[in-house]
Amino acid sequence: MKDNPVSIAVLSGKGGTGKTLVAVNLAAAAREAVYMDCDVEEPNGHLFFKPEGVSEENVSVRIPFVHESLCTGCKRCAEFCRFNAIAVIKNKPVFFEEVCHSCGGCRLVCPERAVVEKEKTIGRIQKGRSQGIEVKTGILNTGEASGIPIIKKLLAEKADDSGLPVFIDCPPGSACIVMESLKDADYCILVAEPTIFGVHNLNMVFELVSLFQKRFAVVLNKCIDGRNPAREFCLEKGIPILGAIPFDSELGLLNSNAEIAARQNEKYGEMFAALLETVMKEARR
Amino acid sequence: MKQLLILSGKGGTGKTTVAGAFIRIAKARAYADCDVDAPNLHLIAGFSTEPKRSDYYGLPKAEIDPDKCAGCGLCLKNCRFDAISFANGLCRIDPFACEGCGVCEAVCPESAVSLKPAKAGELMLFDGNGRVFSTARLRMGSGTSGMLVSEVKKRMKSGADPDTELAVIDGSPGIGCPVIASMSGADMVLIVAEPSISGISDLTRIVKTAEAFGTRTAVCINKYDVNPDNTGRIEAFCRAKELPFVGKIPFDPEAVRAVNSGLTIADVDSPAGRAVGEVFAGVMRLLFEGNGGKNKP
Repeated sequence: MKDNPVSIAVLSGKGGTGKTLVAVNLAAAAREAVYMDCDVEEPNGHLFFKPEGVSEENVSVRIPFVHESLCTGCKRCAEFCRFNAIAVIKNKPVFFEEVCHSCGGCRLVCPERAVVEKEKTIGRIQKGRSQGIEVKTGILNTGEASGIPIIKKLLAEKADDSGLPVFIDCPPGSACIVMESLKDADYCILVAEPTIFGVHNLNMVFELVSLFQKRFAVVLNKCIDGRNPAREFCLEKGIPILGAIPFDSELGLLNSNAEIAARQNEKYGEMFAALLETVMKEARR
Repeated sequence: MKQLLILSGKGGTGKTTVAGAFIRIAKARAYADCDVDAPNLHLIAGFSTEPKRSDYYGLPKAEIDPDKCAGCGLCLKNCRFDAISFANGLCRIDPFACEGCGVCEAVCPESAVSLKPAKAGELMLFDGNGRVFSTARLRMGSGTSGMLVSEVKKRMKSGADPDTELAVIDGSPGIGCPVIASMSGADMVLIVAEPSISGISDLTRIVKTAEAFGTRTAVCINKYDVNPDNTGRIEAFCRAKELPFVGKIPFDPEAVRAVNSGLTIADVDSPAGRAVGEVFAGVMRLLFEGNGGKNKP
């Protein structure tokens, strides 16, 4: 599946609607593709792909510390910091690393050049292969507040890939971390489940992708007979539906055991191959 | 007031479903939805009255006055968030990337940069019949969700009757800033786990996060019968970690129907509704055991 590299972000608003199911199985159906897990707080795609030959690289941010012998206790750094990450105690600044945004402002404003920066590891990126799929995973260390630097680093490498389609598995929600993940995507897939929770959050990501002027469409997941509020929402808003994945216990069991349904079972293989064809046609348009 | 926070790590395991049921069973007089970028609790535990609404301002956003900008590029060089670009001899701010740190303002030799307040969401406080419900909605693509979470909790606390015994707080998925912000002040975290390999991986990460912040944690499993092997693994994990295990809720199509009708699973007689009642009782024993089970709601 070479020519016209295209990057496709999979998102949902609500958690647990099936982003990873869709992103993993579409990548697997493509046979040659890049899968990027930007859900750095809870990355799960690697559990499915079980990549081999995994290499690892740390991701760090710069955080401040003070040379106490140079510090005069002027408090400029604490006054400047908008993130309330600095308190001056006994005339010396104390830095709260977990709320620091690494803006570097405290270092800039220190008249004594007493504030300097050090590297702090906040997580890592793992790369490996699973058959024809290059699997890239961002992992935030527990206790860290923001995975954005990891996502930035992960996506920065996109440019050097080999013309293969890229599937970006996004975090849930509609906040800054989701925005970062889909910023450079060519196309977005919104995965929706047929509950009023699902619809409410679908509406929020719908607004998000509209705001970013992305081209997008919906995949309905966990479809059961009867009323589907997510389908109704799409019809009402004129959002194209790429496909519908049924709620079925066989697929549910495979997925809960971290098996790639498209590889394990011919029926699902065909289903995701057909979905992939629709997706690629739309994404490349 | 004891604060019970419901978390899950992985999304979609049933936090809001469980929180909604707890609110109904406990007749909770104070509750909050801290999942500010995908709030849902109001859909099943809302009020029929209008809330008090107020704008939430996060950090300000930088603005460059094009008449003053000399195009020197110092701001661009110093911005750590790639929020500034250079075109036609002028510097421009991308408001979505700007985190409002103020570095550009500090370095600009022309005083061309100013920081302007930016609306980042809306807070809503429902209040009536001795009950308060605090919730919010983050504006699309805004950051600082952790600060908004803290604000939601603050409003719940100040709005609640001082002798309220129990507050139920619905959290957000993940382990990052909104989750960490929601944990501050919580007396106990209840994790709603899901019996999948992904769910187990995420459970271990949220347990580690709660441990790092020293918050007491109990675990229950939702849709446990979907994968009995993985349910067994979660129970073994809890035993090994000495985490109190407070029960299992079965997969129940009745639950989906209840939620889609704006009800909680405690409102309908169903296997899931009965199981969540037992989970609730277990959690209350743990939460109030310090004072001999008195003051229980």
